[in-house]
Amino acid sequence: MSLDFQIFCKSTFEDAYSPRCFGDFFHVGQGTSDPTYLDWLLTAWGWTIAVSVLALFIALVIGITIGTLRTISNETFLSKVLIFFSNAWVELFRNIPVLVQVFLWYHVIPILIPALKNLPSFLLVSIALGFFTSARIAEQMKAGIFSLPKGQRMAAQSLGLTKVQTYRYVLLPMAMRIVIPPLTSECMNIVKNSAVAFAVSVSELTLFAMQTQEETSKGIEMYLGVTALYIVTAFTVNRLMALIERKTRIPGFITSATQGSH
Amino acid sequence: MQLDLSFYTWDLIEKFILKGLLFSIQLTIIATLGGIIFGTLLALMRLSNQRILTSIASWYVNIMRSIPLVMVILWFFLLMPTIIGRSIGAELSAYITFIAFEAAFFSEIIRAGINSVPEGQNHAAYALGMNYQQKMSLIILPQAFRNMIPVLMTQTIILFQDTSLVYAIGAYDLLKGFEVAGKNYGRPIESYLLAAIVYFVICFSLSSIVKKIQQKVTIIR
Repeated sequence: MSLDFQIFCKSTFEDAYSPRCFGDFFHVGQGTSDPTYLDWLLTAWGWTIAVSVLALFIALVIGITIGTLRTISNETFLSKVLIFFSNAWVELFRNIPVLVQVFLWYHVIPILIPALKNLPSFLLVSIALGFFTSARIAEQMKAGIFSLPKGQRMAAQSLGLTKVQTYRYVLLPMAMRIVIPPLTSECMNIVKNSAVAFAVSVSELTLFAMQTQEETSKGIEMYLGVTALYIVTAFTVNRLMALIERKTRIPGFITSATQGSH
Repeated sequence: MQLDLSFYTWDLIEKFILKGLLFSIQLTIIATLGGIIFGTLLALMRLSNQRILTSIASWYVNIMRSIPLVMVILWFFLLMPTIIGRSIGAELSAYITFIAFEAAFFSEIIRAGINSVPEGQNHAAYALGMNYQQKMSLIILPQAFRNMIPVLMTQTIILFQDTSLVYAIGAYDLLKGFEVAGKNYGRPIESYLLAAIVYFVICFSLSSIVKKIQQKVTIIR
Protein backbone atom coordinates (compact mmCIF):
# COMPACT_ATOMS: atom_id res chain seq x y z
CA MET A 1 0.00 0.00 0.00
CA SER A 2 1.50 3.29 -1.03
CA LEU A 3 0.22 6.73 -0.25
CA ASP A 4 -0.24 9.29 -2.96
CA PHE A 5 -0.23 12.77 -1.48
CA GLN A 6 -0.05 14.31 -4.95
CA ILE A 7 -3.80 13.97 -4.91
CA PHE A 8 -4.06 17.16 -2.87
CA CYS A 9 -2.56 19.11 -5.79
CA LYS A 10 -5.10 17.72 -8.21
CA SER A 11 -7.82 19.93 -9.60
CA THR A 12 -11.27 19.07 -8.33
CA PHE A 13 -12.81 19.47 -11.78
CA GLU A 14 -10.44 18.05 -14.32
CA ASP A 15 -7.66 15.49 -14.44
CA ALA A 16 -4.83 17.99 -14.00
CA TYR A 17 -2.31 18.77 -11.28
CA SER A 18 -1.60 22.31 -10.17
CA PRO A 19 2.17 22.98 -9.96
CA ARG A 20 1.91 24.91 -6.71
CA CYS A 21 -0.82 22.77 -5.23
CA PHE A 22 -3.17 25.74 -4.98
CA GLY A 23 -5.65 26.68 -7.67
CA ASP A 24 -6.52 30.31 -8.16
CA PHE A 25 -8.79 29.85 -5.23
CA PHE A 26 -6.54 31.55 -2.72
CA HIS A 27 -4.95 33.69 -5.45
CA VAL A 28 -1.54 32.08 -4.96
CA GLY A 29 -1.49 29.38 -7.61
CA GLN A 30 -0.95 29.90 -11.30
CA GLY A 31 -1.60 26.53 -12.89
CA THR A 32 -5.30 25.90 -13.11
CA SER A 33 -8.07 28.26 -12.28
CA ASP A 34 -10.06 25.50 -10.60
CA PRO A 35 -9.63 24.85 -6.90
CA THR A 36 -7.47 21.87 -5.97
CA TYR A 37 -8.24 19.35 -3.23
CA LEU A 38 -5.86 21.27 -0.99
CA ASP A 39 -7.94 24.41 -1.49
CA TRP A 40 -11.04 22.44 -0.66
CA LEU A 41 -9.44 20.90 2.43
CA LEU A 42 -8.42 24.30 3.77
CA THR A 43 -11.86 25.75 3.07
CA ALA A 44 -13.39 22.83 4.95
CA TRP A 45 -11.01 23.55 7.83
CA GLY A 46 -12.27 27.13 7.77
CA TRP A 47 -15.87 25.90 8.11
CA THR A 48 -14.92 23.66 11.02
CA ILE A 49 -13.28 26.60 12.76
CA ALA A 50 -16.20 28.92 11.94
CA VAL A 51 -18.77 26.51 13.37
CA SER A 52 -16.59 25.89 16.45
CA VAL A 53 -15.94 29.56 17.19
CA LEU A 54 -19.57 30.59 16.81
CA ALA A 55 -20.74 27.62 18.88
CA LEU A 56 -18.14 28.37 21.53
CA PHE A 57 -19.32 31.97 21.76
CA ILE A 58 -22.95 30.89 22.20
CA ALA A 59 -21.96 28.18 24.67
CA LEU A 60 -19.86 30.53 26.80
CA VAL A 61 -22.49 33.26 27.02
CA ILE A 62 -25.35 30.89 27.86
CA GLY A 63 -23.26 28.46 29.89
CA ILE A 64 -21.82 31.10 32.20
CA THR A 65 -25.22 32.74 32.69
CA ILE A 66 -27.07 29.50 33.37
CA GLY A 67 -24.26 28.16 35.56
CA THR A 68 -24.30 31.33 37.66
CA LEU A 69 -28.09 31.25 37.97
CA ARG A 70 -27.89 27.76 39.43
CA THR A 71 -25.87 29.03 42.38
CA ILE A 72 -28.09 31.91 43.54
CA SER A 73 -29.81 31.51 46.90
CA ASN A 74 -33.44 30.42 46.58
CA GLU A 75 -35.14 32.92 48.83
CA THR A 76 -37.62 34.66 46.57
CA PHE A 77 -40.15 33.23 44.15
CA LEU A 78 -38.26 34.71 41.21
CA SER A 79 -34.98 33.09 42.17
CA LYS A 80 -36.75 29.74 42.62
CA VAL A 81 -38.14 30.03 39.09
CA LEU A 82 -34.71 30.97 37.73
CA ILE A 83 -33.01 28.05 39.46
CA PHE A 84 -35.65 25.64 38.19
CA PHE A 85 -35.32 27.02 34.68
CA SER A 86 -31.53 26.75 34.65
CA ASN A 87 -31.57 23.22 36.08
CA ALA A 88 -34.11 22.20 33.46
CA TRP A 89 -31.95 23.78 30.75
CA VAL A 90 -28.91 21.75 31.78
CA GLU A 91 -30.79 18.46 32.02
CA LEU A 92 -32.56 19.03 28.70
CA PHE A 93 -29.50 19.82 26.63
CA ARG A 94 -27.19 17.36 28.34
CA ASN A 95 -29.37 14.30 27.92
CA ILE A 96 -30.05 14.43 24.19
CA PRO A 97 -27.26 13.30 21.82
CA VAL A 98 -25.69 16.17 19.93
CA LEU A 99 -26.54 14.64 16.56
CA VAL A 100 -30.23 14.43 17.52
CA GLN A 101 -30.10 18.06 18.63
CA VAL A 102 -28.57 19.03 15.29
CA PHE A 103 -31.39 17.23 13.48
CA LEU A 104 -33.96 18.96 15.68
CA TRP A 105 -32.54 22.37 14.82
CA TYR A 106 -32.27 21.53 11.16
CA HIS A 107 -35.48 19.64 10.45
CA VAL A 108 -37.93 20.48 13.23
CA ILE A 109 -37.39 23.92 14.71
CA PRO A 110 -37.47 25.93 11.43
CA ILE A 111 -40.94 24.47 10.81
CA LEU A 112 -42.21 25.04 14.35
CA ILE A 113 -40.78 28.58 14.39
CA PRO A 114 -41.20 30.02 10.86
CA ALA A 115 -38.97 33.00 11.68
CA LEU A 116 -35.95 30.68 11.59
CA LYS A 117 -36.84 29.26 8.19
CA ASN A 118 -34.22 31.16 6.20
CA LEU A 119 -31.24 30.57 8.47
CA PRO A 120 -28.37 28.74 6.75
CA SER A 121 -27.54 25.29 8.11
CA PHE A 122 -24.17 26.60 9.29
CA LEU A 123 -25.95 28.86 11.81
CA LEU A 124 -28.40 26.17 12.89
CA VAL A 125 -25.58 23.71 13.58
CA SER A 126 -23.67 26.34 15.55
CA ILE A 127 -26.72 27.07 17.67
CA ALA A 128 -27.32 23.37 18.28
CA LEU A 129 -23.70 22.77 19.22
CA GLY A 130 -23.61 25.94 21.32
CA PHE A 131 -26.72 24.96 23.32
CA PHE A 132 -25.44 21.40 23.80
CA THR A 133 -22.10 22.66 25.12
CA SER A 134 -23.71 25.42 27.20
CA ALA A 135 -25.26 22.75 29.44
CA ARG A 136 -21.84 21.26 30.14
CA ILE A 137 -20.20 24.64 30.71
CA ALA A 138 -23.04 25.57 33.07
CA GLU A 139 -22.34 22.42 35.06
CA GLN A 140 -18.65 23.33 35.40
CA MET A 141 -19.47 26.95 36.20
CA LYS A 142 -21.73 25.83 39.03
CA ALA A 143 -19.05 23.50 40.38
CA GLY A 144 -16.50 26.33 40.11
CA ILE A 145 -18.61 28.79 42.08
CA PHE A 146 -19.51 26.22 44.73
CA SER A 147 -15.85 25.29 45.13
CA LEU A 148 -15.08 28.79 46.44
CA PRO A 149 -14.86 29.08 50.22
CA LYS A 150 -18.18 30.14 51.78
CA GLY A 151 -16.44 33.03 53.50
CA GLN A 152 -16.01 34.84 50.17
CA ARG A 153 -19.73 35.28 49.71
CA MET A 154 -20.24 36.18 53.35
CA ALA A 155 -17.39 38.69 53.32
CA ALA A 156 -18.81 40.33 50.21
CA GLN A 157 -22.22 40.60 51.81
CA SER A 158 -20.88 41.95 55.06
CA LEU A 159 -19.09 44.64 53.07
CA GLY A 160 -22.51 45.71 51.90
CA LEU A 161 -22.24 44.51 48.30
CA THR A 162 -25.49 43.69 46.57
CA LYS A 163 -26.04 40.22 45.09
CA VAL A 164 -25.07 41.41 41.63
CA GLN A 165 -21.96 43.11 42.96
CA THR A 166 -21.03 40.01 44.95
CA TYR A 167 -21.02 37.98 41.78
CA ARG A 168 -19.47 40.65 39.58
CA TYR A 169 -16.57 41.62 41.82
CA VAL A 170 -15.97 38.66 44.13
CA LEU A 171 -17.30 35.28 43.02
CA LEU A 172 -17.16 35.31 39.22
CA PRO A 173 -13.58 36.59 38.82
CA MET A 174 -12.33 33.70 40.94
CA ALA A 175 -14.73 31.08 39.60
CA MET A 176 -13.79 31.96 36.01
CA ARG A 177 -10.14 31.25 36.76
CA ILE A 178 -11.00 27.96 38.42
CA VAL A 179 -13.02 26.69 35.45
CA ILE A 180 -10.33 27.36 32.85
CA PRO A 181 -8.97 23.76 32.84
CA PRO A 182 -12.38 22.10 32.33
CA LEU A 183 -13.23 24.85 29.84
CA THR A 184 -10.12 23.88 27.89
CA SER A 185 -11.43 20.39 27.36
CA GLU A 186 -14.86 21.78 26.47
CA CYS A 187 -13.27 24.00 23.81
CA MET A 188 -11.49 20.97 22.38
CA ASN A 189 -14.76 19.03 22.56
CA ILE A 190 -16.52 21.73 20.54
CA VAL A 191 -13.99 21.35 17.73
CA LYS A 192 -14.48 17.59 17.81
CA ASN A 193 -18.25 17.79 18.08
CA SER A 194 -18.41 20.20 15.15
CA ALA A 195 -17.86 17.07 13.06
CA VAL A 196 -21.57 16.29 13.42
CA ALA A 197 -22.25 19.21 11.06
CA PHE A 198 -21.59 16.74 8.23
CA ALA A 199 -25.06 15.33 8.85
CA VAL A 200 -26.74 18.55 7.69
CA SER A 201 -24.36 19.19 4.77
CA VAL A 202 -22.14 21.91 6.20
CA SER A 203 -19.01 21.42 4.13
CA GLU A 204 -16.60 21.05 7.04
CA LEU A 205 -13.70 18.62 7.46
CA THR A 206 -15.67 15.44 8.09
CA LEU A 207 -17.97 15.99 5.15
CA PHE A 208 -14.88 16.78 3.05
CA ALA A 209 -13.39 13.45 4.11
CA MET A 210 -16.55 11.55 3.24
CA GLN A 211 -17.07 13.25 -0.12
CA THR A 212 -13.49 13.13 -1.35
CA GLN A 213 -13.10 9.51 -0.27
CA GLU A 214 -15.89 8.59 -2.66
CA GLU A 215 -14.81 11.01 -5.35
CA THR A 216 -11.11 10.18 -5.53
CA SER A 217 -10.98 6.73 -3.88
CA LYS A 218 -7.90 8.06 -2.07
CA GLY A 219 -9.64 7.72 1.28
CA ILE A 220 -6.57 7.15 3.41
CA GLU A 221 -4.74 10.26 2.17
CA MET A 222 -7.83 12.41 2.61
CA TYR A 223 -8.56 11.02 6.07
CA LEU A 224 -4.92 11.56 7.07
CA GLY A 225 -5.12 15.20 5.99
CA VAL A 226 -8.37 15.76 7.87
CA THR A 227 -7.17 13.96 10.98
CA ALA A 228 -3.96 15.98 11.01
CA LEU A 229 -5.92 19.22 10.82
CA TYR A 230 -8.18 18.12 13.69
CA ILE A 231 -5.14 17.31 15.82
CA VAL A 232 -3.50 20.62 14.93
CA THR A 233 -6.69 22.48 15.85
CA ALA A 234 -7.11 20.66 19.15
CA PHE A 235 -3.47 21.27 20.04
CA THR A 236 -3.71 24.97 19.18
CA VAL A 237 -6.83 25.37 21.31
CA ASN A 238 -5.05 23.62 24.16
CA ARG A 239 -2.03 25.96 23.94
CA LEU A 240 -4.25 29.06 23.63
CA MET A 241 -6.17 28.13 26.76
CA ALA A 242 -2.93 27.46 28.63
CA LEU A 243 -1.79 30.92 27.59
CA ILE A 244 -5.03 32.47 28.84
CA GLU A 245 -4.65 30.55 32.09
CA ARG A 246 -1.13 31.91 32.56
CA LYS A 247 -2.06 35.48 31.66
CA THR A 248 -5.05 35.65 33.98
CA ARG A 249 -3.40 33.97 36.95
CA ILE A 250 -3.07 36.00 40.11
CA PRO A 251 -0.01 34.72 41.99
CA GLY A 252 -0.77 33.33 45.43
CA PHE A 253 -4.39 34.32 45.17
CA ILE A 254 -6.23 31.47 43.55
CA THR A 255 -5.14 28.12 42.17
CA SER A 256 -6.84 26.30 39.36
CA ALA A 257 -8.73 23.12 40.11
CA THR A 258 -6.07 20.90 38.57
CA GLN A 259 -3.45 22.00 41.02
CA GLY A 260 -4.49 21.64 44.63
CA SER A 261 -6.06 18.22 44.20
CA HIS A 262 -3.83 15.29 43.38
CA MET B 1 -48.11 23.84 12.36
CA GLN B 2 -49.96 20.89 13.80
CA LEU B 3 -48.30 17.72 14.99
CA ASP B 4 -49.93 14.59 13.69
CA LEU B 5 -50.17 12.43 16.79
CA SER B 6 -51.65 9.52 14.88
CA PHE B 7 -48.07 8.95 13.71
CA TYR B 8 -47.19 7.47 17.09
CA THR B 9 -48.39 3.88 16.93
CA TRP B 10 -47.13 0.58 18.29
CA ASP B 11 -46.83 -0.56 14.71
CA LEU B 12 -44.25 2.14 14.06
CA ILE B 13 -42.24 1.24 17.14
CA GLU B 14 -42.33 -2.47 16.37
CA LYS B 15 -41.38 -2.04 12.72
CA PHE B 16 -38.66 0.60 12.91
CA ILE B 17 -37.61 1.57 16.40
CA LEU B 18 -37.14 -1.63 18.41
CA LYS B 19 -34.50 -3.02 16.06
CA GLY B 20 -32.50 0.22 16.30
CA LEU B 21 -32.93 0.49 20.06
CA LEU B 22 -31.71 -3.07 20.48
CA PHE B 23 -28.60 -2.36 18.43
CA SER B 24 -27.86 0.86 20.32
CA ILE B 25 -28.14 -0.94 23.65
CA GLN B 26 -26.03 -3.88 22.47
CA LEU B 27 -23.40 -1.50 21.13
CA THR B 28 -23.38 0.40 24.44
CA ILE B 29 -23.01 -2.75 26.55
CA ILE B 30 -20.36 -4.40 24.38
CA ALA B 31 -18.38 -1.17 24.00
CA THR B 32 -18.55 -0.57 27.76
CA LEU B 33 -17.35 -4.06 28.64
CA GLY B 34 -14.70 -4.13 25.92
CA GLY B 35 -13.70 -0.56 26.70
CA ILE B 36 -13.26 -1.31 30.39
CA ILE B 37 -11.18 -4.44 29.69
CA PHE B 38 -8.88 -2.75 27.15
CA GLY B 39 -9.01 0.50 29.11
CA THR B 40 -7.70 -1.29 32.20
CA LEU B 41 -4.87 -2.76 30.14
CA LEU B 42 -4.05 0.69 28.73
CA ALA B 43 -4.14 2.22 32.21
CA LEU B 44 -1.83 -0.48 33.59
CA MET B 45 0.50 0.10 30.64
CA ARG B 46 0.57 3.82 31.33
CA LEU B 47 1.28 3.27 35.01
CA SER B 48 3.95 0.63 34.43
CA ASN B 49 7.69 1.16 34.70
CA GLN B 50 8.33 0.08 31.13
CA ARG B 51 9.10 3.18 29.07
CA ILE B 52 7.92 1.64 25.80
CA LEU B 53 4.60 0.45 27.19
CA THR B 54 3.96 3.83 28.78
CA SER B 55 4.60 5.79 25.63
CA ILE B 56 2.61 3.43 23.38
CA ALA B 57 -0.38 3.71 25.69
CA SER B 58 -0.19 7.45 26.08
CA TRP B 59 0.17 8.03 22.34
CA TYR B 60 -2.82 5.83 21.68
CA VAL B 61 -4.95 7.58 24.29
CA ASN B 62 -3.93 11.09 23.24
CA ILE B 63 -4.56 10.49 19.56
CA MET B 64 -7.94 8.89 20.17
CA ARG B 65 -8.91 11.78 22.40
CA SER B 66 -8.01 14.48 19.90
CA ILE B 67 -9.91 13.09 16.88
CA PRO B 68 -13.69 13.41 16.57
CA LEU B 69 -15.49 10.12 17.13
CA VAL B 70 -17.12 10.46 13.71
CA MET B 71 -13.68 10.46 12.09
CA VAL B 72 -12.64 7.41 14.11
CA ILE B 73 -15.79 5.62 12.96
CA LEU B 74 -15.02 6.55 9.35
CA TRP B 75 -11.36 5.50 9.69
CA PHE B 76 -12.23 2.03 10.95
CA PHE B 77 -14.93 1.61 8.34
CA LEU B 78 -12.37 2.50 5.67
CA LEU B 79 -9.46 0.49 7.03
CA MET B 80 -11.17 -2.66 8.37
CA PRO B 81 -11.68 -4.25 4.94
CA THR B 82 -8.00 -3.64 4.12
CA ILE B 83 -6.82 -5.17 7.39
CA ILE B 84 -9.16 -8.14 7.49
CA GLY B 85 -9.21 -8.68 3.76
CA ARG B 86 -12.94 -8.73 3.28
CA SER B 87 -15.62 -6.13 3.74
CA ILE B 88 -17.46 -6.19 7.04
CA GLY B 89 -20.85 -4.69 7.77
CA ALA B 90 -21.37 -1.28 9.32
CA GLU B 91 -22.63 -2.90 12.54
CA LEU B 92 -19.54 -5.05 13.15
CA SER B 93 -17.32 -2.12 12.24
CA ALA B 94 -19.20 -0.02 14.81
CA TYR B 95 -18.57 -2.59 17.56
CA ILE B 96 -14.83 -2.66 16.88
CA THR B 97 -14.59 1.14 16.59
CA PHE B 98 -16.44 1.82 19.81
CA ILE B 99 -14.39 -0.68 21.81
CA ALA B 100 -11.15 0.83 20.48
CA PHE B 101 -12.31 4.40 20.98
CA GLU B 102 -13.91 3.99 24.39
CA ALA B 103 -10.90 2.08 25.69
CA ALA B 104 -8.96 5.36 25.48
CA PHE B 105 -11.57 7.23 27.50
CA PHE B 106 -12.12 4.46 30.04
CA SER B 107 -8.35 4.13 30.51
CA GLU B 108 -8.15 7.75 31.69
CA ILE B 109 -10.94 7.15 34.21
CA ILE B 110 -9.34 3.91 35.39
CA ARG B 111 -5.92 5.51 35.67
CA ALA B 112 -7.37 8.24 37.87
CA GLY B 113 -9.18 5.55 39.88
CA ILE B 114 -5.99 3.54 40.43
CA ASN B 115 -4.16 6.70 41.46
CA SER B 116 -6.92 7.49 43.94
CA VAL B 117 -6.12 4.35 45.95
CA PRO B 118 -3.77 5.45 48.77
CA GLU B 119 -0.10 4.61 48.32
CA GLY B 120 -0.12 2.68 51.62
CA GLN B 121 -2.27 -0.03 50.00
CA ASN B 122 0.57 -0.65 47.53
CA HIS B 123 3.17 -0.96 50.24
CA ALA B 124 0.92 -3.12 52.41
CA ALA B 125 0.31 -5.53 49.52
CA TYR B 126 4.04 -5.87 48.82
CA ALA B 127 4.76 -6.19 52.53
CA LEU B 128 2.40 -9.18 52.60
CA GLY B 129 4.55 -10.77 49.91
CA MET B 130 2.15 -10.34 46.99
CA ASN B 131 3.46 -10.03 43.46
CA TYR B 132 2.34 -7.35 40.98
CA GLN B 133 -0.52 -9.41 39.60
CA GLN B 134 -1.88 -10.34 43.02
CA LYS B 135 -1.52 -6.79 44.25
CA MET B 136 -3.46 -5.39 41.31
CA SER B 137 -6.22 -7.97 41.13
CA LEU B 138 -6.77 -8.44 44.87
CA ILE B 139 -5.97 -5.06 46.41
CA ILE B 140 -5.77 -2.11 44.05
CA LEU B 141 -8.28 -2.73 41.25
CA PRO B 142 -11.22 -3.79 43.47
CA GLN B 143 -10.92 -0.56 45.47
CA ALA B 144 -10.26 1.53 42.39
CA PHE B 145 -13.29 0.16 40.56
CA ARG B 146 -15.54 0.78 43.54
CA ASN B 147 -14.46 4.43 43.54
CA MET B 148 -14.89 4.62 39.80
CA ILE B 149 -18.37 3.15 39.44
CA PRO B 150 -20.23 6.49 39.19
CA VAL B 151 -17.75 7.96 36.68
CA LEU B 152 -17.75 4.77 34.62
CA MET B 153 -21.54 4.82 34.52
CA THR B 154 -21.59 8.48 33.48
CA GLN B 155 -19.18 7.60 30.68
CA THR B 156 -21.53 4.77 29.68
CA ILE B 157 -24.41 7.25 29.38
CA ILE B 158 -22.25 9.48 27.18
CA LEU B 159 -21.34 6.36 25.21
CA PHE B 160 -25.02 5.59 24.70
CA GLN B 161 -25.52 9.11 23.35
CA ASP B 162 -22.48 8.73 21.11
CA THR B 163 -23.80 5.54 19.52
CA SER B 164 -26.05 7.84 17.46
CA LEU B 165 -22.91 8.81 15.51
CA VAL B 166 -22.84 5.46 13.69
CA TYR B 167 -25.27 7.36 11.46
CA ALA B 168 -22.11 8.32 9.54
CA ILE B 169 -21.62 4.78 8.23
CA GLY B 170 -25.29 3.96 7.95
CA ALA B 171 -25.54 1.38 10.73
CA TYR B 172 -29.14 0.84 11.88
CA ASP B 173 -29.24 2.27 15.39
CA LEU B 174 -31.99 4.01 17.36
CA LEU B 175 -31.59 7.34 15.56
CA LYS B 176 -31.49 5.65 12.15
CA GLY B 177 -34.69 3.84 13.08
CA PHE B 178 -36.43 7.14 13.71
CA GLU B 179 -35.05 8.62 10.53
CA VAL B 180 -36.24 5.72 8.39
CA ALA B 181 -39.64 5.78 10.07
CA GLY B 182 -39.96 9.53 9.51
CA LYS B 183 -39.10 9.14 5.85
CA ASN B 184 -41.40 6.17 5.29
CA TYR B 185 -44.42 7.92 6.74
CA GLY B 186 -43.42 11.38 5.45
CA ARG B 187 -43.47 12.67 9.04
CA PRO B 188 -39.86 13.65 9.87
CA ILE B 189 -40.85 16.25 12.48
CA GLU B 190 -42.88 13.90 14.66
CA SER B 191 -40.22 11.26 14.26
CA TYR B 192 -37.25 13.43 15.29
CA LEU B 193 -39.24 14.85 18.22
CA LEU B 194 -39.98 11.36 19.49
CA ALA B 195 -36.30 10.45 19.00
CA ALA B 196 -35.27 13.36 21.21
CA ILE B 197 -37.84 12.39 23.86
CA VAL B 198 -36.75 8.74 23.87
CA TYR B 199 -33.06 9.61 24.19
CA PHE B 200 -33.85 12.16 26.89
CA VAL B 201 -35.95 9.75 28.96
CA ILE B 202 -33.31 7.01 28.77
CA CYS B 203 -30.34 9.26 29.56
CA PHE B 204 -32.12 11.29 32.22
CA SER B 205 -33.34 8.26 34.14
CA LEU B 206 -29.93 6.59 33.90
CA SER B 207 -28.16 9.68 35.22
CA SER B 208 -30.66 9.92 38.10
CA ILE B 209 -29.80 6.33 39.00
CA VAL B 210 -26.09 7.17 38.83
CA LYS B 211 -26.61 10.01 41.31
CA LYS B 212 -28.26 7.60 43.76
CA ILE B 213 -25.48 5.02 43.34
CA GLN B 214 -22.84 7.70 43.80
CA GLN B 215 -24.04 8.33 47.36
CA LYS B 216 -24.00 4.63 48.18
CA VAL B 217 -20.67 3.36 46.90
CA THR B 218 -18.33 6.10 48.04
CA ILE B 219 -15.78 4.70 50.47
CA ILE B 220 -15.45 6.94 53.47
CA ARG B 221 -11.86 6.97 54.69
